[in-house]
Amino acid sequence: MVKFLPLKQAVAENLNDGDSVAFEGFTHLIPTAAAHEAIRQGFRDLTLIRMTPDLIYDQMIGMGMAKKIVFSYVGNPGVGLLRRARDAIENGFPRSIEVEEHSHAGMANAYEAGAAGLPCAVFRGYRGAGLAEVNPNIRSVTCPFTGEVLAAVPSIRPDVTFIHAQKADRKGNVLVEGIIGIQKEAVLAAKRAVVTVEEVVDTFDDLHPNLTVLPRWTIAAISVVPGGSHPSYAHGYYARDNAAYLEWDEIAADRVKFQAWMQANVIGKSAADFAGRVEHLRRAA
Amino acid sequence: MSGNLLGFTPNEMMTIAASRALKNDDVCFVGIGAPSAACNVARLTHAPNITLIYESGTIGTAPDVLPLSIGDGELCETAVTTVAVPEMFRYWLQGGRISIGFLGAAQLDKFGNINTTVIGDYFHPKTRLPGGGGAPEIATSSKEVYITMAQSRRGMVEKIDFFTSFGHGEGGDHRKRLGIDTAGPTLLITDLAIWKPDPVTKEFTVVSLHPGVSREQVQESCGWVVKFAEALDETPAPSELELTTLRDLQARTKAAHEGTGREKAA
Repeated sequence: MVKFLPLKQAVAENLNDGDSVAFEGFTHLIPTAAAHEAIRQGFRDLTLIRMTPDLIYDQMIGMGMAKKIVFSYVGNPGVGLLRRARDAIENGFPRSIEVEEHSHAGMANAYEAGAAGLPCAVFRGYRGAGLAEVNPNIRSVTCPFTGEVLAAVPSIRPDVTFIHAQKADRKGNVLVEGIIGIQKEAVLAAKRAVVTVEEVVDTFDDLHPNLTVLPRWTIAAISVVPGGSHPSYAHGYYARDNAAYLEWDEIAADRVKFQAWMQANVIGKSAADFAGRVEHLRRAA
Repeated sequence: MSGNLLGFTPNEMMTIAASRALKNDDVCFVGIGAPSAACNVARLTHAPNITLIYESGTIGTAPDVLPLSIGDGELCETAVTTVAVPEMFRYWLQGGRISIGFLGAAQLDKFGNINTTVIGDYFHPKTRLPGGGGAPEIATSSKEVYITMAQSRRGMVEKIDFFTSFGHGEGGDHRKRLGIDTAGPTLLITDLAIWKPDPVTKEFTVVSLHPGVSREQVQESCGWVVKFAEALDETPAPSELELTTLRDLQARTKAAHEGTGREKAA
């Protein structure tokens, strides 16, 4: 049953060295606070799964926490490359990492299959694509009814998924709205799920019946972290800090500058610091 | 340079030429960067009812500024509906509901195959690029694919390092041989010219030069031997409305993206 916990405890209780873990968020509601807490606790040998490993995986890879990444777009959205991830892939710095690369369609289908309890996902994809030749997990099946050859990938079943959401009610049910990405599938596909939220409200009684609500029994722990997805955004709360994404390109380009930034902004900080980072973005939301 | 003498830059010409290719009834899956600008200029000029779809799940979106990412908040706020990412790729793209997939490219070959994955060997890359994202399936499930990029010998190459998105493969009927029944790349718009695939070989052929551009310029900034159509057109120069629309859009975008930083510093 879901527990409301301080983020430090929620991360400590649910993440272990060597876990496969998804910190999901498709440009919106990225669980930055949870990722930063994982960095502070110094986990090792993680398999990091995410469709769009942006700044937080660049940071975790740069801190040497990942032994493998599973992804479909390893870029800084709209800005360019992820320079810490590049350093690891191209130069093995600070350690070499294994790469399992898919397309968005492949990852989305694989999460959905994980949520559905299936061993694999079947879809029309990867036709003529080079990824099918370099990723042994991209295979094919033949439709027993039509004979069409379709792509198959193993389902994604993370040990633990972290997401950020707008709000929880007092019982621990969670609301996600706006660009909902892959969050619901990533939670349902995982063995355990931890959710950070902007706020807790008394009830969800007045919500539209079709909004994306994750029932409390699908979640292991909830932590209240206002601003917890900065520099991403939380629809209805604060806007995306596009300037921070532009600045990251320069910070991550240099190993020394990166370490200094991490010490000043992650290692030496706590979850409570996130609220202040979105103050100037609230009126823009 | 010549662009300034003409009153517009090659990049502006590229975006505007690309925008003209889009129709009011198109359902367009929009790639980030150059395609996004072209699609929104189309929406703000001759194609007000075009359906723009970004892979974050926003369907029928009408942003006032160009999004920095494919999932900026305004895309959702102005969309007809916003769906989950699996639904986006399964029902809307794979389901055959996209008329135009509009892509950019880091590396492109003459058959419209695109590489945005690596420069060099995949397992020991010289440069690790972001990868395909939605593009591998956009390239094969959209009814047609338009590509837009600025010309360079580094970008337009005889042989791409990695097949991120399949165009016409080795040319000819290669798509058909792989069981792909969509048209693939049917249009390439660069900063110098408009290209269309030869009906038989599928090799991109220059059909129209932008104003003030010579055949030599096109060849100098392209890594393969360029074929030109027998009847070569000149692309009409941007109209006052097109230029104003594009420049206003870019000014609003610049102010919006830098705005968060300025406020923070204040």
